[in-house]
Amino acid sequence: MERLLRKILLVDLLQGLWVTFRNQHPKNIYTEQYPAQRPKVAERYRGAPRLNINPENGETLCIACNLCAVACPENLIVVTSERNEQTRRKELTHFTYDTSRCMFCGLCEDACPVDALELTQDFELATYTREGMIWDRQMLEEGPRPTKYVC
Amino acid sequence: MPDTTFLDATELVLNMGPQHPSTHGVLRVILKLDGEKVIGTECVIGYLHRGVEKIAENRTYAMFVPYVDRMDYVAAVSNGLGYCLAVEKLLNVEATPRAQAVRIILTELNRIASHLIWLGTHALDIGAITPLFYTLREREEVLKIFEKYCGARLTTHAFRIGGLQYEIYEDFERDVNAFCDMFLPKVDEYEELLTNNRIWRRRLIGVGVLNADDCKQYGVTGPMLRAAGVKWDIRKAMPYSGYEKYDFEIPTAKNADTYDRYVVRMAEMRQSERIIRQAVAGIPEGPIMAKVPKVIKPPAGEAYVSIEAPKGELGYFVVSDGSTQPYRVRIRPPSFVNLQALDKMCRGALVADVVAIIGTIDIVLGEIDR
Repeated sequence: MERLLRKILLVDLLQGLWVTFRNQHPKNIYTEQYPAQRPKVAERYRGAPRLNINPENGETLCIACNLCAVACPENLIVVTSERNEQTRRKELTHFTYDTSRCMFCGLCEDACPVDALELTQDFELATYTREGMIWDRQMLEEGPRPTKYVC
Repeated sequence: MPDTTFLDATELVLNMGPQHPSTHGVLRVILKLDGEKVIGTECVIGYLHRGVEKIAENRTYAMFVPYVDRMDYVAAVSNGLGYCLAVEKLLNVEATPRAQAVRIILTELNRIASHLIWLGTHALDIGAITPLFYTLREREEVLKIFEKYCGARLTTHAFRIGGLQYEIYEDFERDVNAFCDMFLPKVDEYEELLTNNRIWRRRLIGVGVLNADDCKQYGVTGPMLRAAGVKWDIRKAMPYSGYEKYDFEIPTAKNADTYDRYVVRMAEMRQSERIIRQAVAGIPEGPIMAKVPKVIKPPAGEAYVSIEAPKGELGYFVVSDGSTQPYRVRIRPPSFVNLQALDKMCRGALVADVVAIIGTIDIVLGEIDR
């Protein structure tokens, strides 16, 4: 009689579901709804490189000292500069950074004396072409613009 | 090896790997079988060879540090520590006390992460799927600490020659303590799932026995040696990076089989937690970087430093000719040496046991092929 009642009232099923629902607390959920919900990476995350500009006048902070290119284990940074005849200062002309070969070790940002080159929290580096992985100065200053999906 | 086997049947040669999920990467094992019984094995390695030792000769000392993370990528922090210690020995400098304490916390966290991966995949190979989800959940917490500390989760590049690049972040102690509080009950949870599990015990006890003499002959180190009853741990025998200051035990076992290696590794995770607690309670103040010249140019000479990596003795032999680049870097990876005992352990076992034995060696192919 008792077993029959248990069967009719679905006691076992409800007991099982109770175990399931007990673990449904939002704190216990590990799944991230990725494209809609972006993961928050750590502050020190070593992601896409960025060449910082002075926010006041838009000039680059880079002094073209070439230390990052020297520090890079993969030799993927190329810095070119020319001397300004009026101010006698070296000025940056081109800066290329090959993200396809980069292993994001952070040695370039450690080497930078003026905090111009930085590895940022951007982690979406996919492109449609191989050439797209070689970033020029403009790309490095503006940062990658991944497609934002709104759900 | 006999040409004909039991009942005069010819031996069967079976290829296991390199794409077999239970060979933990790209290991290829050629099995010689007599029916279900293994009468010989041969490992074919090199599918992940990247020439790390040669790369070292073309990089400066500081540049090579991120490459060693890519050998044993499950325990990248330990690799970095070994290499940094070797170059520091060449330079005759020592990391500051603060750097040493942080190094120990991170390497021990990494030991836990590595053992968790081992436990999850080893159980998965044998057929228990659930532990993997649990172990990866706890490993995630370790990786979060790494990410917050140095900005990368796996190939951390956490240490530099002479100390650390990054100061610990604000809530570092709190995060590490929270992990320790959370972790011990979880180890009990894994033990509840596995230790007295009848299937687990039947699959592991008496499988892949490698006694202490054989271990020493093959040069096998780490948990495999300790499971054979030899109390050998480089952290105790030849303390490095300030391990002598911490109170911990070397877990050993007697039977030298796969089950005992499981027991030893579980105990090691608990001991690691103990070391982390002691270290995090007393991180000394002070600089994180010793006085190291900007251009690292060690005097001509050679240095060998071995550390107790999660998988065994990890040695770095660095030869300097006085220039900015090492003349030669020879790496003694624990997995490579431990794998050589596979043939000895597999003889006479069944095919299903081979999977368990490969799992118990705890190999990482990035380290074997380098």
